[in-house]
Amino acid sequence: MRSQKSMAYRVIAMILVVILALLFLFPLYWIVTGSFKTGKEINSTTPVWWPSEWTLTNYETLMSKQTANLFDLSIPFSQYFTKDGEAIVFLSGPEVPAAIRWLLNTVWMAVAAMLLTCATAAMAGYALAKKRFVGRGLIFTLIVCAMALPKQVILIPLIREMSSLKLYNTISAVIYPIVGWPFGVFLIKQFAEGIPGEILESARIDGAGEFRTFTKIAFPMIKPGVGALAIFTFISAWNDYFMQLIMLTSTRNLTISLGIAKMQAENSTNFGLIMAGAAFAAVPIIIVFVIFQKYFTRGITMGAVKG
Amino acid sequence: MPKRSRMSRALVRRETTAGYLFLLPSLFFFITFVLVPMFICIYTSFFDSNMGKDTQDVFIGFNNYKELLGDEIFLGALKNTLIIVVVSVPTVCIFSLWVASAIYDMKPALTSIYRVIFYLPVVTGSVAVTVVWKWMFNNYYGIFNYLSQGVGLTNQNINWLGDARYALWCIILILFTTSVGQPIVLYVSALGNVDQTLVEAAEVDGATNTQVFWKIKWPQIMPTTLYILVITTINSFQCFALIQLLTSGGPNHSTDTIMYYIYYTAFKLYRYGYGNAMGVVLMILIAILSAVQFRLGKSKS
Repeated sequence: MRSQKSMAYRVIAMILVVILALLFLFPLYWIVTGSFKTGKEINSTTPVWWPSEWTLTNYETLMSKQTANLFDLSIPFSQYFTKDGEAIVFLSGPEVPAAIRWLLNTVWMAVAAMLLTCATAAMAGYALAKKRFVGRGLIFTLIVCAMALPKQVILIPLIREMSSLKLYNTISAVIYPIVGWPFGVFLIKQFAEGIPGEILESARIDGAGEFRTFTKIAFPMIKPGVGALAIFTFISAWNDYFMQLIMLTSTRNLTISLGIAKMQAENSTNFGLIMAGAAFAAVPIIIVFVIFQKYFTRGITMGAVKG
Repeated sequence: MPKRSRMSRALVRRETTAGYLFLLPSLFFFITFVLVPMFICIYTSFFDSNMGKDTQDVFIGFNNYKELLGDEIFLGALKNTLIIVVVSVPTVCIFSLWVASAIYDMKPALTSIYRVIFYLPVVTGSVAVTVVWKWMFNNYYGIFNYLSQGVGLTNQNINWLGDARYALWCIILILFTTSVGQPIVLYVSALGNVDQTLVEAAEVDGATNTQVFWKIKWPQIMPTTLYILVITTINSFQCFALIQLLTSGGPNHSTDTIMYYIYYTAFKLYRYGYGNAMGVVLMILIAILSAVQFRLGKSKS
């Protein structure tokens, strides 16, 4: 009797999960098909479930609307010596559709934030877990307290700080606060606690320097933690819309989300164009996610278990 | 202190130097871009500040905070934020636990596929997700009006996002789809880690599925539940992108959240001191809530 009942329940649950999964996929389906629909099909009051003719007009508009240089390399710190506070650009890429530049900006931002966060947090987490020194407790308490606070409240004061550091409206202004966010240090510390003290001790007796001990012995042992942190940072940097919104203003410095959001504000009824932008922003990261899905899942769970 | 006494002075010095050198890069970013702005936030909340080049900040004590108490838009934003938190936190937890328990013991490949699908809205990014929902909710071309008329719910076009009665609920719905991804991933792994010998022992003893769930699985996934409660609360409190892109707080501030109203005050009205005072209130609220949730979780487990 019991098994029969649970069998029925299982079938109903299966059907429900399939329906829910389809509902969750629908917005993405609507973005992708919408981006290929003609204006007439987009603005039809009866939804067109499948485009009758696939058009590239929306993508053409997206690519021709604004242009920017593919990249601008500037002399580091030169903004502190010029009159207008702008960095001196010594090499610019060819002119391309702005959306491509935005995508490149976003990749650069997320990757740089990820690498910097992992490097600094690995060292700091290791030191907090394995080194004994005065002030360690205080620093750790500060980190835990700061972590519990909402990140966004620091954004208003950050603007003023970034302008006085002449970093306002640069990608760096988005990267540095992400690197400074102490979650990573906390996470790595939890992992580094597991390194046996004897191993470090014997390395020291064998005459290995502090930095060598860290790179050769400690780092391989906290690698899973660093991997989890890398994925965490990458996703949150990619999605940190609020920070990007207030820090970045000029067309060449936008990220892809911000670019699409601005486009949406300017052409609020051209849904075809907006869907093309959304697809352009979402599809690359979704592909990366599906390929590395195993690592993503592991990163997400590991961050939670240890954090 | 036997360990301390065994360490020679040279070693202590070496440990201290190494410790601080390893910490230095991280501390630099933490202090400059997190701690300093946090203190500026608290400090500026006592000033009438518009960050202008020529104007001076004027110290006004607690006046910003006093003004907050009488600011109806702020109180409305606070109410909306609380509604979002109170509605979305339990629904997200229950929904994700249910989905996770339905998919965690399927074939591994199938579990992965479902996990990916439910996590997709998170990866897609708030802007792409929001713009498509904005289209779906549109009062002329949106699919929601088509569907609700098709099933006979209404007979005229509803301006979902422009009507104060519906707008907040639309936002809660979208927030929901972007919030369940992480909890489902976490619950799937937590349920997979439940001690199988206990489950089998209980089944041998004739426990029903419901009993096995509440008596054996639930206590073991309690830490995960607690973590999910905390992150979902914080995420719901910080709901911003959805509001800014969908309604801009409208119609007539009916969908303002604290986070959006802070942005509005600082970047549309240029009242930085007042905005920071709200930020401080938000910090205190979240700190209290996190503390309460941790207490509850600790006393239960």
